[in-house]
Amino acid sequence: MNYRVAIVGIGWYGYRPVTPEVSYKEMVYQAAVRAYADAGVDPRKDIESFITVAEDFHEGTSIFDEYTPDQLGAALKPMHTIAGDGLHGLATGYMLIRTGQFDLVAVEGHSKASNILTLPEVTAYAQDPILNRPLRMNTHFIAGLEMNRFLFETGTTPEQCAAVVVKNRRNALKNPAAAYGANLTIDEILNSPPISWPLGKRDTAEEADGAIVMVLASERLASNLTDQPVWILGAGWCNDTPSLENREWGRIPYVEQAARMAYRQAGINHPQDTIGFAEVDDTYSYKELQSLEALGLINPGEAGLLTEAGFTAADGDLPVNVSGGSLGSGHLLDATGLARALEVVVQLRGQAGARQLEGVQTGLAQSWRGVPTTSGAVLVLAN
Amino acid sequence: MGMRKVAVVGAGMTKFVRRAQETAKELTWQASRMALQSCEMTMDDIEAVCLGTAPDAFDGIHMNGEYLSDGAGAWRKPYMRSYVGGGTGVFVPIQGWYHIASGLFDVVLVVAEEKMSSYYPHAQAAFLTIFDHTTERPLKPNLLWIFALEMNRYMSTYGISKADIARVSVLHKQNAADHPCALLGEANISVEDVLNSEVLAWPVQRYDVSPVSDGAVAVVLAAEHIAKRITDKPIWIEGVGWNLDTSYWTNKDLAYPRYVEYAARMAYEMAGIKEPRKEIHIAEPYDPFDYKALHHLEGLQLAERGKAVQLYIDGTAARDGNMPVCPSGGLLGVGNPIAAAGLMKIAELFWQLRGEAGARQVPGDPRRGIAQAWGDLMQVGTVVVMGR
Repeated sequence: MNYRVAIVGIGWYGYRPVTPEVSYKEMVYQAAVRAYADAGVDPRKDIESFITVAEDFHEGTSIFDEYTPDQLGAALKPMHTIAGDGLHGLATGYMLIRTGQFDLVAVEGHSKASNILTLPEVTAYAQDPILNRPLRMNTHFIAGLEMNRFLFETGTTPEQCAAVVVKNRRNALKNPAAAYGANLTIDEILNSPPISWPLGKRDTAEEADGAIVMVLASERLASNLTDQPVWILGAGWCNDTPSLENREWGRIPYVEQAARMAYRQAGINHPQDTIGFAEVDDTYSYKELQSLEALGLINPGEAGLLTEAGFTAADGDLPVNVSGGSLGSGHLLDATGLARALEVVVQLRGQAGARQLEGVQTGLAQSWRGVPTTSGAVLVLAN
Repeated sequence: MGMRKVAVVGAGMTKFVRRAQETAKELTWQASRMALQSCEMTMDDIEAVCLGTAPDAFDGIHMNGEYLSDGAGAWRKPYMRSYVGGGTGVFVPIQGWYHIASGLFDVVLVVAEEKMSSYYPHAQAAFLTIFDHTTERPLKPNLLWIFALEMNRYMSTYGISKADIARVSVLHKQNAADHPCALLGEANISVEDVLNSEVLAWPVQRYDVSPVSDGAVAVVLAAEHIAKRITDKPIWIEGVGWNLDTSYWTNKDLAYPRYVEYAARMAYEMAGIKEPRKEIHIAEPYDPFDYKALHHLEGLQLAERGKAVQLYIDGTAARDGNMPVCPSGGLLGVGNPIAAAGLMKIAELFWQLRGEAGARQVPGDPRRGIAQAWGDLMQVGTVVVMGR
């Protein structure tokens, strides 16, 4: 068995609202070439297994895993697809290397959201076809219900949620890869058109196109390949119920459990003392607050207040979504978790340029698969 | 430190039927419940769940894995869905294997489900969307059509007759007559019946093809220290292999499945197998079409190229032969609910190697078996070697 696994190569393409000049394969190819060059490896000779994260309906192709190998250099190699988020893909690579059968694994995720003409209709097809779909609920409508419950249970205010948007979109101005950097005021967020009260248009991340590839290595290889390995200290993932009727609406137990699993592997008993910064899900503004509380990084009910007070700002005690998050960078569909992990790696390597955090050693990435799922994943990384 | 050993300790399967009355979620629940009962476990004992199901288009549900999660018992548990097209059924136990071999988990439930009948009028239409949107979809190909190309290529390369290939269908459907879950078991079928069946896309005829089916299968995997507490007869996963070839299927020779060979070599190496033809006692190659069983036996190195049909002619492949092939009845006989059909082969090896296969039992205390699945655009091979 290999106990320790490191991320030794990263590459990305994008992120932009539209990318008419490239196909998804070309985006993936660009990201892969950069990741392999970064790790100093040849995919045909060195990489032993490949993983893609993708969903058929996002791609418009059934059995989409058919189209995953060529642009990664993975033809005639052990490769498989996970119908999950990018962090599920990284967790899978982590498991493969830990078996001792593999030393070098590549993980890929991408979004070509601009190709999807009917994304709201596609995501609504994730609802239970018998009990929920006949109600013709829009995806954002269900998020609005959840936001309402979260605000009710925790006493969080819409203004505090808007502060998340202001922070993340300002952070994105310092991230050259981010698609939606902007200098907005709280009022501009609150006055945006309502989608499903209390959820407004600007509380909602817009999609972007992009591709991300990462190379994972066993401890034995990692020290040969790079001076800056970023170690995976723990990976956790969990599903709650898919049924809208049976779930908790204010809390997200799946993130609580995924975090416990990752912390246990990492030997972290007091996450608030150990985790220096975090990249968490912010598909909707309130999700960042809900996630931070579920992760145990902020006490229940305090995330809104602390966000207003600057606790999660880039210069705060716990910088959150310094990359801009999904609100500032763009939501990358199945690759979203990879984008969160990418920022953690870049920060831990000290390569974040204008948005570099000082002296960070341990970071956390977390993702959620979106409405109507209760699927979350957590990764703890350290340099 | 060596690799963690992983065993199959329980298995369950629903009947494979043409139109199940149950929803896909109910099918997964039934199979999971049977698998747990077979080893006297409950969901409280399960630490993580792996799910396999092929395209979302069958059920018409986006993120179908998320929808099926509670049916498979993944309530407040780590849960992931893997897919490699038709190879998924034998991949999902590999996914379970690496969950345990990684040291993160000790007990994992592996579930595979397919409900193809929801697709109206016929599931074949869902396959229209698997082709390349620019170069292939305008030609409106379907699966029967491209596999007819491959069958033609295989027959013409090695000079194999349709009558010989039909022997595969006959043996598998006869074997399936002893399987209580089978959809198309026929004890009295003959080669003439196959050759006289309706032509679908020459040279593929109706009895050359497995049926569209609904069904689910589940198995319980456990780490060595747990497996030995649960059962006296754990069946070990000795080797796993998988391999994905290029998407450009039109650019390669279809006569030989190189990706199956690579997957098999990976599994043999892990299992320490040097001479597969002597060391494998039961083979469950993937047989959605009768020629595919031959194709795959060659890829698995269990027969010379173009010579696999001899195993059927000389009786080696029969249930009481030297190396029984698809004693379950395979996809041709039991049915082909895609992902579930692959995992059915794992369940069959589990029952055969424990001596629990009833009327289907292979004589002579078989010690080791191999299961294999295949899928995508003639592109992926997944292989598991299991032993006592």
